[in-house]
Amino acid sequence: MTLHEPIAIGRLASPRPRLAEILLWLTPAVAYFLFPDNLALGVSIMTYAVAVLALDLALGYAGIVSLGHAAFFGIGAYTAGLLTIHGWREPLTGLLIAGAVSLCAGFLGSLLVVRGKDLTRLMVTLGLGLVVFELANRMSGITGGVDGLSGIDVAPLFGVFEFDLYGRTAWWYSYAVLFGVFVFLRVVLASPFGLSLRGIREGGKRMPALGASVESRLRVAFTLSAGLAGISGGLLAQTTQFVGVDSLSVPLAAEFLVMLVLGGTGRLYGALAGTALFLIARERLADLNPVYWEFWMGVLLMAVVLFLRGGLVGALARLWARLRPASEGGAR
Amino acid sequence: MMRRHALGLLLAASALTAAAPAAFAAETAETVKVGLVLPMSGPFSQYGRQMENGIRLFLQEHGDSVAGKKIELVVKDDGGIAPDRARRAVQDLIVREKADVLVGFAFTASAMASAPLAKGAERAMIVTNASSSGITSASPYMLRVGQTLPQITEPAGRYAAEQGYKSIYTLVADVTAGHDAEAAFKRGLTAGGGEVAGSLRVPAQNPDFAPFIQRIKDARPDAVFVWLPPGEATINFIKEFNQRGLAAEGIAMLGTGDLTDELTIEATGDAGLGVVTTGHYSMAHASPENEAFVKAYLAAYPKDKWPNFLAVSAYDGMAALYLGLEKTGGDASGPALAAALAGASWESPRGPLLIDAETRDVVQTIYVRKVETLDGRLSNVEFHEFPESRDSAVH
Amino acid sequence: MTSVIGVLFDGLAYGSLLFLVAVGLSITMGLMNFINLAHGAFAMIGGYFSVWLTQKTGLPFLATLPFAFFGAGLAGLAAERLLFQRLYKASHLDQVLFTVGFVFSSIAAAHYFFGAGQQFVSTPGFLQGQLRVAGVDLGKYRLFLIAVVILLTIALHLMFAKTRFGAQVRASVDNQDAAAGLGVNVGLVFSLCFALGSGLAGLGGALGVEVLGLDPTFPLKYMVYFLLVVVVGGAGSLRGPLIAALILGVFDVAGKYFIPQAGAFIIYVLMIALLLAFPSGLGGRRA
Repeated sequence: MTLHEPIAIGRLASPRPRLAEILLWLTPAVAYFLFPDNLALGVSIMTYAVAVLALDLALGYAGIVSLGHAAFFGIGAYTAGLLTIHGWREPLTGLLIAGAVSLCAGFLGSLLVVRGKDLTRLMVTLGLGLVVFELANRMSGITGGVDGLSGIDVAPLFGVFEFDLYGRTAWWYSYAVLFGVFVFLRVVLASPFGLSLRGIREGGKRMPALGASVESRLRVAFTLSAGLAGISGGLLAQTTQFVGVDSLSVPLAAEFLVMLVLGGTGRLYGALAGTALFLIARERLADLNPVYWEFWMGVLLMAVVLFLRGGLVGALARLWARLRPASEGGAR
Repeated sequence: MMRRHALGLLLAASALTAAAPAAFAAETAETVKVGLVLPMSGPFSQYGRQMENGIRLFLQEHGDSVAGKKIELVVKDDGGIAPDRARRAVQDLIVREKADVLVGFAFTASAMASAPLAKGAERAMIVTNASSSGITSASPYMLRVGQTLPQITEPAGRYAAEQGYKSIYTLVADVTAGHDAEAAFKRGLTAGGGEVAGSLRVPAQNPDFAPFIQRIKDARPDAVFVWLPPGEATINFIKEFNQRGLAAEGIAMLGTGDLTDELTIEATGDAGLGVVTTGHYSMAHASPENEAFVKAYLAAYPKDKWPNFLAVSAYDGMAALYLGLEKTGGDASGPALAAALAGASWESPRGPLLIDAETRDVVQTIYVRKVETLDGRLSNVEFHEFPESRDSAVH
Repeated sequence: MTSVIGVLFDGLAYGSLLFLVAVGLSITMGLMNFINLAHGAFAMIGGYFSVWLTQKTGLPFLATLPFAFFGAGLAGLAAERLLFQRLYKASHLDQVLFTVGFVFSSIAAAHYFFGAGQQFVSTPGFLQGQLRVAGVDLGKYRLFLIAVVILLTIALHLMFAKTRFGAQVRASVDNQDAAAGLGVNVGLVFSLCFALGSGLAGLGGALGVEVLGLDPTFPLKYMVYFLLVVVVGGAGSLRGPLIAALILGVFDVAGKYFIPQAGAFIIYVLMIALLLAFPSGLGGRRA
């Protein structure tokens, strides 16, 4: 196969889990006990990772580049926040509703974005994002505008676990949601639908010949991706008890894109690694130098492109492939 | 012989440095850790810089210990209007850094997102800029020493009414702060018997003001009240207003201090002359406290010219903290500080300052100022005042 | 009627400004197919060149413009030789990530060297105020911007259509291998193209200081506007972005004047509509 779909990771993308993966999913749990003072960062990473996974579905698998995903993220966040404020305080159903509302918004968006080439899609999604942002800004009576939506008091999880100051409940909650979304995506991508998406990405023009309607599949992928981004936003609203209008902003959408490309597109683990690296680097660099940290962040991004083509996980996969040549080559 | 001496010195020195951490550890109970949440990077980094300067200047002038406690600062960047990051910074400050007090918060969203944490952990939050009305109700340990938008805006309406302008337009940025400013100005104006003839809301990011200014020109009002976020928008607006000859036609420009901020007014050139604004601080405020403040600021930060309202508010944030710690005998807990500072008052470089005993919100004199040339640069020269102005919005 | 003419004029002037800050990008991105989100960084370099020269040497604003062009062009050339040329064959996403990183670093660097404050230039007296022509007031700086756009468009058109360098650029863009086979030094042509794009960015940045302001966040703040003009205009032509900039400018200004409530939406909605109607841009070649 082509180089950017190497064997080892190709394996990881199969629905059956491997030992390495189980260990990987245990690392956050270990981190929970090793760094009990850093739970806030952990919660942020896992929250945003859901959105970056969602973007990976659209960009990495369906090939739709989007600078509008913050719109769906933010719609989810406002939905979850407004539900809580207006009395629906149960978190799990709140999260599902947030996802559903974003899903609907995503469907409407998908009618516009599926057509066109990369740059056109980029700009159309960007335009949608800007319009949604401006709408939220205008409707400050509902959204709180730039001052944000505060007073989000979520009920305890399962009626038992309060969302505490240290972020313990938030941590396990976002961990579970992230895992759930990951497994869901894994199943979707291994389904015939998921395989057809890859087929479209590899050579869109040939797919109709196989009896697949390209446009409707891309539309479904984009819609699904928007719904998952909404779940991520809902998670943010519930775990931070606040929604700012910046959660709908284009800079945030650009951050999602940067995180994904940093980790490696078209790989679920790339989305996770990119989010973690980006947020940890930003937090630590800003602690070291609160004023000029952006310089080093920029250097980091450029270095990754120059030396680790295909993002972190892409480079890892290539290294892996080189280390264990032919022996597993025929496995697929 | 000499050699031995040198060795002995070296040993002594290393013993000293080895002892230092132990001494530190023993002292931690005697330190008050102050977490600063400021926009140090991004589009509002100048705000953060001004505030950090104000805070450090206060420490430089008043020493870094008060009521037997040593003050230690930790700076966190929230990157601008990013409540999510501000909140994470606060959580990190409370949980990991064990900060006792939180100071800063440039934006309402940052303060509001952080309030539940500070409330839960019983940490005092001294807000030095976030300006939306009534935010101190979000936590019983939050107090504000900066300004509130209605507080500085309503006097502009009252002043406009006093001038007897027959027809007044308002033009504000279409964001919450702009909506609040529009409402506060109208309130002040109608209280004084005036009336707004027309209102325009403009996009917050708006590279070209020509169409809006042309609309005002065509309407020919006596005056126009403007609220825009300080920066390229205010500079561009004042310039274009002048270029299109509105000033020459005798249309007066009114605004809040944001319009003629010390940091941006110079960029307008002579176009800024004559603009009337209401605000709580002008670098040209005539008082011995302010003269000393400005002199010390310029000596300490010659590159960050000039001190504006942000530097003063942050300076006053530290003044409040010192005052509070003196009253509590060094107890930095939220309930103790909030109780000690409710009703406190002192003389700030901006003038008399009071923390309302009920709302813990700032009460201060709002000055009416006109842009004039003073010592060769454009300055906000105060000529009228509204003493003891309060946050006035009905909510 | 006069108000309609006035609005039309303001819109053309605003469109001219949009074109000036974006025309460089239509070369680096439109022509060279390099997703250059760092365009704003070079515009910023030009702006700072101009500001710095007027403040330090007392040079009049207009005289600093060539320096802004060549300064940003040289910076672009250096950056291309050292960094960007390694990415011509990379995926578009890698180009996005790299240029975003470049923007981050350049923002911090500008902050470090020039401070976070708004910079400004003093335009000469004869470019201030308005000129009354047949009952319509025309801003002099706006007239100047329109004039610059006309001259620049003619110059660029002649350069691409009539000179040897222009022919080499067109050949290299159309088919690198064939051009190289014919003895064109494709690497050099691309470097010069990038330098030209960056220089134009710098010129636009300097001309824009008066209206757009200048601070370290410039490259991010106006990124949407640069992209807007080039993508709506379409890749691979100068005419497309020019038409796009003028349409966007006129509609934006007219919309804000006649329906101010819709102010923020007009330009974005128009962009989406134009992109859906012309997916490869107004002047774009069919893929």
